[in-house]
Amino acid sequence: MSGHDQSLFDVEEMEINFGPQHPATHGVLRVKMKLDGEKIMEAKPIIGYLHRGTEKLFETMPFPQCLPHTDRMDYVAAATNNQGFCVTMEKLLGISIPPRAAYIRMILAELQRLASHLVWLATHAVDIGAITPFFYTFRERDAILDLFEEYCGARLTLNCMKIGGVPFELPDGWLDRCSVLVDGFNAHIDEYENLLTENRIWKKRTIDVAVVTAEEAVEWGLTGPPLRGSGVEWDIRKVFPYDRYDEIDFDIPIGKKGDTYDRYLVRMEEMRQSVRILRQCLDKLPEGPFMAKVPKIIRTKEEGMVYGAVEAPKGELGYFIVATAKGTTPYRCRVRPPSFVNLQVLPLMVEGSLVADLVAVIGTLDIVLGEIDR
Amino acid sequence: MSDDKPTTPPEEKPSAEETAPETAATEKKPLSDEEKAAKIAEAKAKAAAKKKAAEEAEPKDPWEEKPVPPVHEDAAADPDAVALGGEWAGVVLAADRYAGEVTLTVPAERINDVCRFLKNDRGYKFLVDLTAVDWPEREEGRFDVIYWLHRHDDSKRLRLRCALAEDAPIASVVDVWKTADWMEREVYDMFGVVFDGHPALERILTWEGFNGHPLRKDFPVEGIDTGAAIYPDVYPPGGGPQIEDAESDEGGAS
Repeated sequence: MSGHDQSLFDVEEMEINFGPQHPATHGVLRVKMKLDGEKIMEAKPIIGYLHRGTEKLFETMPFPQCLPHTDRMDYVAAATNNQGFCVTMEKLLGISIPPRAAYIRMILAELQRLASHLVWLATHAVDIGAITPFFYTFRERDAILDLFEEYCGARLTLNCMKIGGVPFELPDGWLDRCSVLVDGFNAHIDEYENLLTENRIWKKRTIDVAVVTAEEAVEWGLTGPPLRGSGVEWDIRKVFPYDRYDEIDFDIPIGKKGDTYDRYLVRMEEMRQSVRILRQCLDKLPEGPFMAKVPKIIRTKEEGMVYGAVEAPKGELGYFIVATAKGTTPYRCRVRPPSFVNLQVLPLMVEGSLVADLVAVIGTLDIVLGEIDR
Repeated sequence: MSDDKPTTPPEEKPSAEETAPETAATEKKPLSDEEKAAKIAEAKAKAAAKKKAAEEAEPKDPWEEKPVPPVHEDAAADPDAVALGGEWAGVVLAADRYAGEVTLTVPAERINDVCRFLKNDRGYKFLVDLTAVDWPEREEGRFDVIYWLHRHDDSKRLRLRCALAEDAPIASVVDVWKTADWMEREVYDMFGVVFDGHPALERILTWEGFNGHPLRKDFPVEGIDTGAAIYPDVYPPGGGPQIEDAESDEGGAS
């Protein structure tokens, strides 16, 4: 640079806002950036545009009424949100649920994981410039949402679980329809992979982009696919099995380098594993009641705090409930949203890379602002 | 009902029933005390036999039984509590196990040391969650700051609890786990707990001129007028933040 007249080519860092209203932010995320040309010098995610005070609302309502509000946090994966709350409440109350209820829950949760990953894949690919996968994935997602609709009447905000089990028996023929979907699903995943996995543009945009090492991933508290993409084999379903995941055989896919491409591969493999789990659940589904004996008014026994976690599609979704003696409402209900913690790593991922990579990174983190802001 | 209470000694119940429902029994069919006692004893024996048979035949699945709520147990023998106590005598104020989760109460002024020790010497490399609970009336201090740690080696989780007086600051643990950054900002935003040594302790979910801390128990659920009274010169009552006036905050774009 020396030897030139700097006044003519004055280099100035430019500060720009990415979002909060931007289609690639998947919600209302705002990233305040300092740019040097196309290069991101500094990035600061600013959140809170969707804050609705859900945790405050929880404190005002009886335990069962909290459930519909959990739907509205990670709204593309409502079933796992319900599951997290139910699992935590059952821990607090000492309820064990009937095996059939546990299996129905696992079926719903894995279908939800597939649906959530399909949304991730579709939007991630569109953000990077591949439009076609969107149409393919939303076709299958629609089939999954149809199953949900048939089961509980809702497509997004499902409210499909209850403390102590599930609210309904499966409708007639539902299992067959689910079976057909599950059996055909791996072929669909092959379709998506044909479009992307060896696609030269896709690889250029994702390989070595936003690398997170295993140490960094643990240090920043990443969970879910971002953690596994960095090569840490860790899954709540294996570490602290809830419902009946300990009876199911499945693998935890992990990545090698921790780049965007690895996280893509991990999620694709996770979908195949979900299909495997679903197949086993459908085969093993026991007969029996679908609700445990739960008192009509749910009342805690004594003061205490519990934390329950499930493996949501985005990572570890935890509920921390503080109960008072003989209480019917949570004294405090903290939600540990995976997206909130995962999003923190965004500056680390994008600083020093190009603006276009920011879009890839937001896609690869698979964030949902509903649960970040709560 | 009677077979639900196996702990009651069989002698007690008949004597209680003998005295109480005398009036109700007389109008139907008079039964002498001996007859009644015999009947009750018979029913008791039947129930006991049934219970015994059921126990011997096949243990019921846990979901068929009544819920068994967790109970508080002493966890002073927990290896981490012992290790912490060995490092600094008296640092573990209380150790409790509830629903299989160990909660250690430690003094708020030692939290950074304790966390550093647990991370470096005890392998708690992962801070899962950091949050707070508000107990406005409590003598021990208004807030509980809760740390929820995870160790990958044996998948053990440990909870730390610090009681904190209102307006008292607590040391930040961002230098121990980077992930604490946003969690501490959230606790600051929602509860007003100040973390000393946090690199940029700003509001995170509400806006920067917001008045109050929403998750405090005295904050009304229906909300308040968002006109900020904290910085009336920068944020006038009844309005949102005025960006052009708020330049002091990070030297915004020109």
